[in-house]
Amino acid sequence: MEIRPIFSALMRSKVSMILIGLQVALTLAIVCNALFIIGQRLDTMQRPSGMNEADTFTIHSIGFGEDYDVRSVMNADLALLRGLPGVLAVAPINAMPLSNSGWNSGLSIEPGQRNSTANTAFYFTDDKGIDAYGAELVAGRNFKPEEIGYFTMNDRRPPRVTIMTRALAERMFPDGNAVGGQFYYGDEDNDPATVVGIIEHLQAPWVGSQNIDNVMLLPALLPYGNSSNYLIRAEPGRRDELMKEVESRLAASNSSRILRNLRSMQERRATVYAEDRAMTIILGTVIIALLGITALGIVGMASFWVAQRTRQIGTRRALGATRTDILRYFQTENFIITTLGLIVGGVLAYAFSLWLMNTYQAPRLPWYYVPVGFVCLWLLGQLAVLGPALRASRVPPAVATRSV
Amino acid sequence: MFLYYFQLGLRSLRRNPVLTMLMVAGIGLGIAASMTTLTVMHLMGSDPIPWKSERLHYVQLDGWSPDRAYTDEGDPPDQLTYRDALALMEAGRADRQAAMYKIVLPVQPENAEVKPFNAVGRATHADFFAMFDVPFAYGGAWSRDEDARFGRTVVLSREINERLFGGEDSTGRSVRLDGVDYTVSGVLDVWEPRIKFYDLTNGAFNAHERFFIPFSTAIEREMGTAGNNNCWKERGSGWRAYLDSECIWIQMWVELGSPERRAEYQSFIDAYAGEQKRLGRFMRPLNNRLPNVTDWMEKQQVVTSDVEVQTGLAFAFLLVCLINTIGLLLAKFMRKAGEIGLRRALGASRRQVFAQHLVEAGVVGISGGLVGLALTGVGLMIVRALYTEFASVARFDWLMVFVSIALAIVASLLAGLFPTWRACRIVPAVQLKTQ
Repeated sequence: MEIRPIFSALMRSKVSMILIGLQVALTLAIVCNALFIIGQRLDTMQRPSGMNEADTFTIHSIGFGEDYDVRSVMNADLALLRGLPGVLAVAPINAMPLSNSGWNSGLSIEPGQRNSTANTAFYFTDDKGIDAYGAELVAGRNFKPEEIGYFTMNDRRPPRVTIMTRALAERMFPDGNAVGGQFYYGDEDNDPATVVGIIEHLQAPWVGSQNIDNVMLLPALLPYGNSSNYLIRAEPGRRDELMKEVESRLAASNSSRILRNLRSMQERRATVYAEDRAMTIILGTVIIALLGITALGIVGMASFWVAQRTRQIGTRRALGATRTDILRYFQTENFIITTLGLIVGGVLAYAFSLWLMNTYQAPRLPWYYVPVGFVCLWLLGQLAVLGPALRASRVPPAVATRSV
Repeated sequence: MFLYYFQLGLRSLRRNPVLTMLMVAGIGLGIAASMTTLTVMHLMGSDPIPWKSERLHYVQLDGWSPDRAYTDEGDPPDQLTYRDALALMEAGRADRQAAMYKIVLPVQPENAEVKPFNAVGRATHADFFAMFDVPFAYGGAWSRDEDARFGRTVVLSREINERLFGGEDSTGRSVRLDGVDYTVSGVLDVWEPRIKFYDLTNGAFNAHERFFIPFSTAIEREMGTAGNNNCWKERGSGWRAYLDSECIWIQMWVELGSPERRAEYQSFIDAYAGEQKRLGRFMRPLNNRLPNVTDWMEKQQVVTSDVEVQTGLAFAFLLVCLINTIGLLLAKFMRKAGEIGLRRALGASRRQVFAQHLVEAGVVGISGGLVGLALTGVGLMIVRALYTEFASVARFDWLMVFVSIALAIVASLLAGLFPTWRACRIVPAVQLKTQ
């Protein structure tokens, strides 16, 4: 297959070549970066929360009235809920993963440190917390019922025993021996607290946090004002019926409160990642549309050239070229244009990636995106040109002899 | 002549419907994508209170921890402590001023048929309503007096007034919030600030609050904030200790009528910081700020980076569509070489051929623009479905409609320039010979 004649023929219609080449270049640059962003978002959305999400749900109770005793209500509620059939575990909580709302604080290894050793989310719960969250205790022990206290506006002394996630423990005690390890809560608390257990993994509430794997369970109930939050884990398959049951039983047992936020963890996951999902959908649509437009552009341009060069094709056929030769001619021509476009596109892709890195602190585009993009766009180009090229190959040699 | 070219253009486009559809669809899609994203970005970033935004300033004091700045970029905190807010309010150095924070209270309707429900409200000062030009349907704000005396007074939003009183004039009637009765001093009219600019710390696109009560009343009743709370130091036990602590949870806006007043207020808060330094607080370097509405929106990044990337991408997509259109127009005009040659031979000047084909490109542009406009509507619907909280910013804006059509025409004229120029260069003799 002689490249020279094809090349010199191309050079005569530089403009069309540039137009197609430019479309291919821009498409490669955009598609590579967009696919990378989609990949990152999908990775983010798939991170496990460490919780049993399929069977758990939460409900929030807010009391009103002057003589609302939130502590006794909490105890009564927990007793009631734990007695319901179909319930595996119930725990009072203040926060949960996938909610973007909660409490976080710094911990120190030495007393009086100016800057904390690690930053962590605080999950106040009781001894049923690990079961309700569905977390896995991998070292040490769970809380004992007698260790559970209260943490209120007026009594803010944090508990002396805690359970940490493995990630937090490694941060606080890099040499190991986290179980039994001691730490300090903050600048003015000079009594150490001790880690009594390690759970494998539980996410902090904020999905965008750098410290998302740092969580500490504290054995205390946290009645904030008159409100209490419960996490309920149902037996597999019974979650939906149990959600209705829990709401009606709690409402019936006490009418001086408002029940709200009856939500499953699965629904919370969908809501909290809604923006990321939207971004992937939008980027995906743009990618498909871009590939479509570029393919159609190639088809259009190639059809035009075939129509323009019918005479030449006929002449070549008359001089002995086979159908396949004509086909190959057009495909090679397309290959050359696409390659030139892709080279420019590769440069553009890295330039675009660099700009994203500088403006939005995005990570660098991995090396394999551009080569894979090359292959895909080559294929796309070849497929697109196939139709017009086949039509060209069917031009009969007799055309050369006609003068119309 | 223009009308003639217009008719010629239409006829030419009709001759090859597939090609025409491809061009119009290409431009339409490109315009739709760019205008959808541009509309969202424009509305998100646009000034929600343009007649006043220059005069409204958010107060920021830097009394944060001496060991580290509030943000990596060294900004002061985005909220105030109670001590500082109270001191600034009592000094009263601005034309109008309001400290505020978000609260959530159970509403206990008189009507036993309506079950108690939770409502989001705001504890603020009477000046809030005048400062932000909040419209009233009935009554008005409470008086400054009631601000000072922990008045049991409330301003209701239209929605909650519908729910509790069927939408009638409820001024003077009483509403029970968390066990305490408040007298309604006013009911708001329809109020839809596109962006909740007065509290960007917690949900910039949320609807406004359902009720408003005096700041001092909320403090007296020990109502904690339902917004963000940040402490760099242990806050101590009890409500009084919390009020004295270095925890930040209060927003404060001031209205300053002129740049001179602003400069005065800036010196005032700097002097205040100096005083506090002598009392052992405010151990960071002086860093007090008074951003106005648009500055504050920019600092808080109301226009998210996702939206910016999407807009950039959509315009790149439009560029590809335009390059596509150039190619298709070129192909179309070259196909008509015979006709152009004939016209030239019959006496049409180059300029006339140029004009004719530019108009044809323009016709493609207008059709593409109209298709694009229709698709933009679809696009905005999709954005509202994907981003439920963007309902207030993903909607048609007349300026954007105008920009769409203008963009479509300009883009197609630009795209048509090269093909039209090529069409003019056709030598009549060559074309006539091969006929």
